[in-house]
Amino acid sequence: MIKTKTILAALALCGLFATPAAASETGGVPTKFINWSFGGVFGTYDKNQLQRGFQIFKEVCSSCHSANLLAFRNLSEPGGPGYSEAQVKALAATFTVADPEAEDGERPGIAADRWPATMSPADAKASFGVEPPDFSVLAKARSATKPGFSWVLDYFTVYQEGGPDFIYNLLTNFTDAPHGVEVAAGQYYNAYTGGVLAMAPPLSDGLVTYDDNTVPETVEQYSKDVAAFMMWVAEPHLDARKELGFKVIIILAGFAVLMYLTKRKLWSKIEH
Amino acid sequence: MAHSTERYEPKNPALKWFNDRLPLISYGKEHFVDFPTPKNLNYFWTFGMILAMCLGIQIVTGIILAMHYTPNVDLAFNSVEHIRRDVNFGRIIQGTHAVGASMFFFAVYVHIFRGLFYGSYKAPREVLWMLGVIIFILMIATAFMGYVLPWGQMSFWGATVITNIFSAIPIVGTPILEWLRGGFAVDNATLNRFFSLHYLLPFVIAAVVILHIWALHIPGNGNPTGVEVKDGRDTVPFTPYATIKDLVGAVVFLIPFAWFVFFAPEIFNHSDNYIMANNLVTPAHIVPEWYLLPFYTMLRAIDFNVLFIDSKLAGVIVMGGSLLVLFFLPWLDTSKVRSGSFRPMFKIFYWVFVVNFIVLMYLGAQDPSVVVYNYLAKVATAYYFLYFLVILPIVSRIETPKPLPASISEAVLAKAH
Repeated sequence: MIKTKTILAALALCGLFATPAAASETGGVPTKFINWSFGGVFGTYDKNQLQRGFQIFKEVCSSCHSANLLAFRNLSEPGGPGYSEAQVKALAATFTVADPEAEDGERPGIAADRWPATMSPADAKASFGVEPPDFSVLAKARSATKPGFSWVLDYFTVYQEGGPDFIYNLLTNFTDAPHGVEVAAGQYYNAYTGGVLAMAPPLSDGLVTYDDNTVPETVEQYSKDVAAFMMWVAEPHLDARKELGFKVIIILAGFAVLMYLTKRKLWSKIEH
Repeated sequence: MAHSTERYEPKNPALKWFNDRLPLISYGKEHFVDFPTPKNLNYFWTFGMILAMCLGIQIVTGIILAMHYTPNVDLAFNSVEHIRRDVNFGRIIQGTHAVGASMFFFAVYVHIFRGLFYGSYKAPREVLWMLGVIIFILMIATAFMGYVLPWGQMSFWGATVITNIFSAIPIVGTPILEWLRGGFAVDNATLNRFFSLHYLLPFVIAAVVILHIWALHIPGNGNPTGVEVKDGRDTVPFTPYATIKDLVGAVVFLIPFAWFVFFAPEIFNHSDNYIMANNLVTPAHIVPEWYLLPFYTMLRAIDFNVLFIDSKLAGVIVMGGSLLVLFFLPWLDTSKVRSGSFRPMFKIFYWVFVVNFIVLMYLGAQDPSVVVYNYLAKVATAYYFLYFLVILPIVSRIETPKPLPASISEAVLAKAH
């Protein structure tokens, strides 16, 4: 009885404040929310999408952005892009990694190595004025604001994709600056944040050639794929975590029913 | 209350030998099996046990995390990522600990508000209540220091803002601040001492919890009618009756807990905390975790000088006072009737207080420069204090309570027919 009252009161409050909270924080265009394969309780990563996203990361993003916590071996681990161990070994071997114990301080990469940064932070800073953020947990370091009070529903729909939504919207919203907005040299206007970035529009239609020619080679598709890949880099055990979650919740629910029936039986002889 | 049962003696000679020297078995039988428990407790009374479980979960997961965590400004952030990525079940253990903090506070709020409604703070349970307030304050301190450990942006800036509170104290403020931080700014020394204290405080909490339970076992449980236990007909033995009910509550509580751990482990977190701490970049909004928001609102609500006290110190006094006032509650509410169910006037103000607390929580996450929020924060802060300092003392005097049942068993029978 008390619980229902509390919930009703909370909901009434939500209605009360709904309007002011709806105002966008960034001042840019409203967020377009994507229906991610890994969204929701049942969502898992799409292997093919992760492979495409990895391709974009490797061919485009990684020339400036590091991913210090991503190890080559992660690429063949379950719940990821699903490359074979042989593929990963071969890929790692194409990289040269710094190793103080090796001759000349360098050696070919092995599966256990972390992804080597192409650009040193100092060089990047010299070129762009800012250090391009590391990709390791970037997808979890960004979020998209839901309009109004719909965030209340996120606790039930388990919306955890604010990061990829942010990345997708950022990548698809490089536009010409509106009148009156000064954009300095080396700066690029982004309609999503409503401000300027030191990053030039990194993607363009046809920039990356996919093996699968049924997938459109557009900025829109690239943005989705790379955002999904970045989410996987930030949260590599998502699939396993959710799978275990089902088992745990089913067991708990069953256990709760048994406990309740036991309780009812025990208390049946007592007036209470 | 008086126990009619004889002291339990184990039959087994070895156990009897041990029990004669250290009567743990008699004690356990008396307090966890035979202990007379009112038979009309509702499920809100299971939150005591749920909280004990939460503390246990936090301690166990915390000990494991400490085995893999590195309290150093350069390594802390990545060591938490290492736990999430490379430690076996690390993602689940870390997720349980982080979500566990939120669930712990959710449970403690239910427990506190249950106490506020049913008058659990009234004689003879004042010390029991005050020990609870001490536990709550220790929980706040522990949770705050725990949130600093991942060394993200919100960790760092939260630590900066909250430790800065002490600088509001006249004259000795700055020396205290530097002493707490172990330097002029939040840095490695701060992180190390917070880690040390974050490991220590849960055990202090556990010790106070033992006192809390001890203090509970002197008068025994309260109950929804607020009428004290009269005789054996009003009670049932703790085991199996209360134990099984507590287990139902605990298992049901674990379902949303697991829901968040496995399907939405970041839902209570702030995305800025996935950016490594940087003392040169201040986040746009520094917000504490949801469970501290009501107190944060009260801190910020005082943005004006009060006589000779400047606004910063006044805010700190108000925030500290919002917790300290709870210690005086048993003497502010003088009504002889315990349970809110029999207090028609009290009930209204109580529910307004609950809604007001949620409003305070909401406002803590909003931009205080918005005029509406700023004004609302002041009103809500005022109501928080008025409830304790003015409304309860007056209502206790002028209210005519509904007639109380003669005993728990009478109330139970009346309900059944």
